[in-house]
Amino acid sequence: MSNFMNTDVLQAVRLSRTLDLASGPKCLLRDVSFRLEQGQILAVLGPSGAGKSTLLRMLNRLDEPTDGTILFHGKDYREMDTRHLRRRIGMVMQHAYLFPGTSAENVRYGPAQHGDGLADTQVSELMRHVGMAGYEDRDVANLSGGEAQRVSIARALANQPEVLLLDEPTSALDDASKQDIERLLVSLVRERNTTCVWVTHDVSQAKRVADLVLKLEGGQAAGLGTPQELLDA
Amino acid sequence: MLRLLFHTQVSLGLGQAAAVAVLAILVARFAARRGANIGKEIPLVLLRGLVQILLVGLLIAALLRGPWWTGIPVLAAMIFIASTIVRRRVPELPGAYTLSLLCMCAGAGGVLTVMTLLGIVEPKIIILIPVGSMVIAQNMNIQSLFLNRFLGEVRSHRGEIESALALGAAADRAAEPYLRASFHASLIPATDNLRSLGIVWIPGMMAGMVLSGSSPVYAALYQFIILGMIFTAGGISCLTATYLAPRRIFTPQQQLRPLS
Ligand SMILES: Nc1ncnc2c1ncn2[C@@H]1O[C@H](COP(=O)(O)OP(=O)(O)OP(=O)(O)O)[C@@H](O)[C@H]1O
Ligand SMILES: [Mg+2]
Repeated sequence: MSNFMNTDVLQAVRLSRTLDLASGPKCLLRDVSFRLEQGQILAVLGPSGAGKSTLLRMLNRLDEPTDGTILFHGKDYREMDTRHLRRRIGMVMQHAYLFPGTSAENVRYGPAQHGDGLADTQVSELMRHVGMAGYEDRDVANLSGGEAQRVSIARALANQPEVLLLDEPTSALDDASKQDIERLLVSLVRERNTTCVWVTHDVSQAKRVADLVLKLEGGQAAGLGTPQELLDA
Repeated sequence: MLRLLFHTQVSLGLGQAAAVAVLAILVARFAARRGANIGKEIPLVLLRGLVQILLVGLLIAALLRGPWWTGIPVLAAMIFIASTIVRRRVPELPGAYTLSLLCMCAGAGGVLTVMTLLGIVEPKIIILIPVGSMVIAQNMNIQSLFLNRFLGEVRSHRGEIESALALGAAADRAAEPYLRASFHASLIPATDNLRSLGIVWIPGMMAGMVLSGSSPVYAALYQFIILGMIFTAGGISCLTATYLAPRRIFTPQQQLRPLS
């Protein structure tokens, strides 16, 4: 396929990251490639230490690839302004890491970094979408783990990202909130046709949510394909 | 009692210093037994402090015969040395030495220069060196407190900082709450000194001036001036650091460095 016809939103090209530690070079990720079209959900599976977070952090450019690169709409992301890129490729982490203040202040944070103010109705709308209507003025210090994660999802969505990166967004929650948040995320992502990279260590979750699965082991790709191809053995 | 054993003033002083050192070592031993991590360092630190201050006493004795401007290289050297001491407090911070040097040149250096030009600090060796060294030493403490606190805050809030970056915040903005907290914390001692001046605390310089026959009112005013200088120098150096420090902990691509 020629570059002209390329409809991929996100493409990782032999993405690698090696650290220069005092004890010698340490390879966290080697030659990982994949391509995602708009609206696809890629589940990244692998044991602890496989390099899943490393991969996700590079997609948001929180860490720098030492080799290979990422193409965003066909363009090398290192040529883009980092802050602009991060607005378009949002991220939700394992913990909510909310900023001190109210839920509404957290939701407003992202757009404010780019000079945009959200109207009260827009904030309420986002809070309603994550099932937190009426919590706008609540101090985030008093939220439960599940509620905090919902606010952090609303905070990420406020930037209207085209790609959403999820780093084990449900693994710090109890079973009930786990299911709720998983369903919430799937419906939000599908509704908006958002492209999504979803790190999980839960095979059944990957089966439920993903269009594509990338298996990582020891920093290397151990398989890339549909959930049926890779997970129904 | 010590006066019976030691006859000259210098040997008396040495004896008194030894008595204080023994007390300090005892306290350190106690603290070490309680698990505080200072016991081993203390004898060496005490010895080092004693030797340094003795050398300085000799140096000042020599300098007092020289012209006033010899104070400038002496104070400059103090700022350089103070920067190496600050760096030792925050070895994980890249470029901590240059950073501290710039900040203290702006803070202590700037304040001392202006005060001397205004004639508030008289350009005489006997004034310049003790006043200058007090301002520099306190500036060094404030600078250490600032950077130490800042690094600590950043380490314990990596998640929040990277969340802010991931939302597209500029690096300076992501670090801002922690810069503010560090700025506030580092100036607490200097603020409290001003607050309690004369009530909880009659500083050494004033005591010295009164002992050597100055008017107590003038000595009091002068002490106030010095504390004001310390506060101002510390404020300027930390303010400078709030601009320069974020550049050391973030990469040009606005990524938070590992810092370990
Ligand atoms: N700054 C670093 N210095 C040294 N090693 C690191 C550093 N960052 C990550 N690593 C190592 O890189 C490997 C991959 O880490 P990563 O966090 O990507 O794993 P993960 O797949 O997300 O694991 P988990 O499921 O536990 O979150 C691990 O072995 C980790 O110890
Ligand atoms: Mg991880």
